[in-house]
Amino acid sequence: MTTTTTATSGAATSTTSTPLLSVRDLTMTFPGRRSRSVPVRAVDGIGFDVAAGETLGLVGESGCGKSTTGRMIVRLLEPTAGSVSYDGRDITHLSQRQLKPLRRDLQMVFQDPHSSLNPRQTVARIISDPLMVQGSSAADARKRAVELMDLVGLIPEHIDRYPHEFSGGQAQRIGIARSLATSPRLVVADEPVSALDVSVQAQIVNLMERLQRELGLAYLFIAHDLSVVKRVCDRVAVMYLGRIVEIGVKERVYAAPAHPYTRALLSAVPLPDPAAERARERITLLGDPPSPAAPPPGCTFHPRCPKAQEICRTEAPLLRIASPGEARQVACHFPEAA
Amino acid sequence: MADPAPLLSVRDLTVTFPTKRGPVRAVDSLAFDVRPGRTLGIVGESGSGKSVTSLAVMGLHTGAEVTGSVTLGGRELIGLSDRELNGLRGRRMAMIFQDPLSSLHPYYTVGEQIAEHHRVHFGSRRAAARERAVEALGEVGIPEPRRRAGEYPHQFSGGMRQRVMIAMALSCEPDLLIADEPTTALDVTVQAQILELIARIQQERGLAVVMITHDLGVVARVAHDVLVMYGGRAAEHAPVDSLFASPAHPYTRGLLDSLPRLDDDDDAPLRAIPGSPPSLLDPAPGCAFAPRCPRAAAGSEEERARCAGERPLLVGPEGHPAACHFPAFPAYEGVAS
Repeated sequence: MTTTTTATSGAATSTTSTPLLSVRDLTMTFPGRRSRSVPVRAVDGIGFDVAAGETLGLVGESGCGKSTTGRMIVRLLEPTAGSVSYDGRDITHLSQRQLKPLRRDLQMVFQDPHSSLNPRQTVARIISDPLMVQGSSAADARKRAVELMDLVGLIPEHIDRYPHEFSGGQAQRIGIARSLATSPRLVVADEPVSALDVSVQAQIVNLMERLQRELGLAYLFIAHDLSVVKRVCDRVAVMYLGRIVEIGVKERVYAAPAHPYTRALLSAVPLPDPAAERARERITLLGDPPSPAAPPPGCTFHPRCPKAQEICRTEAPLLRIASPGEARQVACHFPEAA
Repeated sequence: MADPAPLLSVRDLTVTFPTKRGPVRAVDSLAFDVRPGRTLGIVGESGSGKSVTSLAVMGLHTGAEVTGSVTLGGRELIGLSDRELNGLRGRRMAMIFQDPLSSLHPYYTVGEQIAEHHRVHFGSRRAAARERAVEALGEVGIPEPRRRAGEYPHQFSGGMRQRVMIAMALSCEPDLLIADEPTTALDVTVQAQILELIARIQQERGLAVVMITHDLGVVARVAHDVLVMYGGRAAEHAPVDSLFASPAHPYTRGLLDSLPRLDDDDDAPLRAIPGSPPSLLDPAPGCAFAPRCPRAAAGSEEERARCAGERPLLVGPEGHPAACHFPAFPAYEGVAS
């Protein structure tokens, strides 16, 4: 069943040219913590493409494998199986030395800005480090750091300050400036706004959108907040227990979710509108997401699914085109009519 | 039918923490009421004082100076001894927190922890308390409550742990439940379950609920009344529909405008509030929101000076006051003009 994504994944792209990032059958199995415990398949054969300049949102609840996926793409984790291709070139098995020139193009932004910045380094050092690694002189790197601070809306005069002197939102701007230092083409952003205050989240979302327009960046935007993802993405992939259950253009997935899990997820998000909240019909799922260490047989969503039938308990659904003429793919035996 | 008398009544509540850099006023002159069967949502960002408020009501603030008045069912709580408070906490008022795992004891079974609660407050016998614990777990929707009562907290998922906390909080049938970000650590599908559970129990028992959250969506879903806090003070206080339909304080307006929403058409940039929430160490003399406020920025020089230098009072139309010199009340010109 892990081969199915390969067969159909071409359709998951919005462009016909070579995608910037191409992920096929990507799998991550973590060994059990103790010798006798079972291995955990955190990511189970997923595939998708990201075109240059576009944003793909990767959404799902805790433990669905979305962060693990992001980390495999930038090779912070070695995938157990499958491939990651960048600009048509398979980078899955490159050594760290071979990867180094590619690191310019592939950068990452993390969730907690303060814990992802070295507290003992100045902002100048933090932002210019990636450039120095790539061989810039100290003077050039500092000059670029000043430009980057200006670009992300920080005051360049603060370049010799330390991370603790900045608020959460400003610290995230530093993290973004660092990720942009080498002029990357793809930024993997793992929950970049979820640790920030509500009033600051919008600033960072706007900043990331502006940078994308100005620099032509592609984002893989990993988040659990469906409202934020809807705002920033062109396409969205919904993950459940290590697999993609639905992937397609944002407008279609949000307006007419085809997978019962996507529907339930969307209906669970509280709307900041009391009248709409009262009028809404909500689908409340039973139980919790199961453990990836012991995934249910068949469709892994079946124990919580309001539509589950006999086949769902025995046979894992393949990710396939939901309705003719549409690039959206759904892994469900009984998808909602689009 | 007239409104019942408030169960919880807070007046002029001020909480001050001594720090090396001088006293910090985390909560300043706060007032609100909560009636039986109603939910008050307290919304704010980090440092707004929303959690300190709840701890002060419960008498759980450590090392802080608390002044003002908190009455529960007519009885003044400020100034009570720990012993007296212990008789009320759990019994008349209970609290649940964001992280249930750190609120549960890892060495005792879930059943023992709930049963202990019952024995302390009612002097129940061991077997009876144990029975009550199993019942309580069943009431909050934990399957196989008898078996699960014998398990330890780590054997429960996040959502199930929060159910355990709710079972424990409600096992002595309190009149008031304070929930401090109870669903923030949970997945959205599990959050929906927990919010529904709290609402169901509230209906069954006529519980008064204070829901503390940063999430305006949660507030819209569960609250009857909303108190918006900023920099330790009330910014706006209104019935939920009124607050969302016509926010009077520029901060409330700004929060609502800056939210990405599922029911939005997208694409226009979000209207972000500039800057970050204020530090309480160095409070501004005027309105705490003035440095970030679009209304203050757009004002005349005189108006700007007023926002920067003069603390606005929480005033306005009946039932919907806002602490702003230039509030946006519909058909109400505010105290300024």
